[in-house]
Amino acid sequence: MTDPSATPIPDITAARRDLVLAALGFAVSGAGFGLVYGLAAREAGFSIIEATSMSVFVLAGAAQFAAVGLVAHGAGWPAIVVLTALLNARHLLYSAAMAPWLGGRSRLERAAMAHVLTDETFALSLAHFQRIGRADVVGFWLAAGFDSISWPVFTALGVIGGQLIPDPAQLGLDVVFPAAMGGLAVKLATDRPAIAAAIAGAALAVVGGILVGPAVSIVVGGFLAPIAGLLIERKGEPAR
Amino acid sequence: MTVQLVGLALLMAAVTYPFRALPLFAPTKDRLPAIVQRYLRLVGPAILAALAAGNTAFAEDAAGHNVFHVGIEWIAVALAVALIAWRGNVFFGIVAAVVMVAVGRAVMGA
Repeated sequence: MTDPSATPIPDITAARRDLVLAALGFAVSGAGFGLVYGLAAREAGFSIIEATSMSVFVLAGAAQFAAVGLVAHGAGWPAIVVLTALLNARHLLYSAAMAPWLGGRSRLERAAMAHVLTDETFALSLAHFQRIGRADVVGFWLAAGFDSISWPVFTALGVIGGQLIPDPAQLGLDVVFPAAMGGLAVKLATDRPAIAAAIAGAALAVVGGILVGPAVSIVVGGFLAPIAGLLIERKGEPAR
Repeated sequence: MTVQLVGLALLMAAVTYPFRALPLFAPTKDRLPAIVQRYLRLVGPAILAALAAGNTAFAEDAAGHNVFHVGIEWIAVALAVALIAWRGNVFFGIVAAVVMVAVGRAVMGA
């Protein structure tokens, strides 16, 4: 698929290099939090196989941290599974937004791509596709590779020796995720409707977060904010 | 070494995967109505901005609850966004934000 609103650049190598650099930022942050997650999982009673398998199969940091906390407090599996579904519902939006770009790939490849469609993979890939004006499978797998390999690896290392590392928040690594997401949102906001959608998304996340909690409000923001963009788009259309 | 929680991991994966997969197997762009295509184009900036704001404005308190929070992270994220908008380099923006937060916390914690 090509997007006429994107500004294509001729040098895909340069675009992939920028993608890898941004992915490295995520990977450093993910490594720090992977270590912390591994340590937290061990303290909650997870073996290295249990902690690492969760990072391989679920591949969703927020849900995994929540699961570890709930297991530590003796919560039942059904409650953990329901919370996981709630926390990961936003991935439906990622998949829907990526579908037009990846629709031409084989079913098997799409099935594999779906497993690694995390926050980071989505943000990096979509910005990359829009930048070059078309889907780039190599770019997708580069984005996905950093995340889906480093997270389980550093989970295992965290179980083994996570107590040896300092708190990632002390090093400022907790700001990597929001900074990168905000920056990638800006890169996607190339016209007035997209800017309106981004501003509405941020506002809904904050206001909704105060009212109902951030996990729900982020999903709500993702669903509703594009409507603000559509309204702006409609306002800009010539009257008939 | 215990492996019982691998079952929990598989159940968590089983409820996560459909969210990630189902739309990828839905009709492709050419068969979607124009309004849906325009909506989907706006999902990216909307959800990424929501994630950025949600992860900046809320922090865990001592009891593990997410509470509204104003701190140096707001300035750091704004700085990153401004730098990325200006230079187009995400890595550069991330590094600037991390340095600002690390230095800010070191100074304030000192």
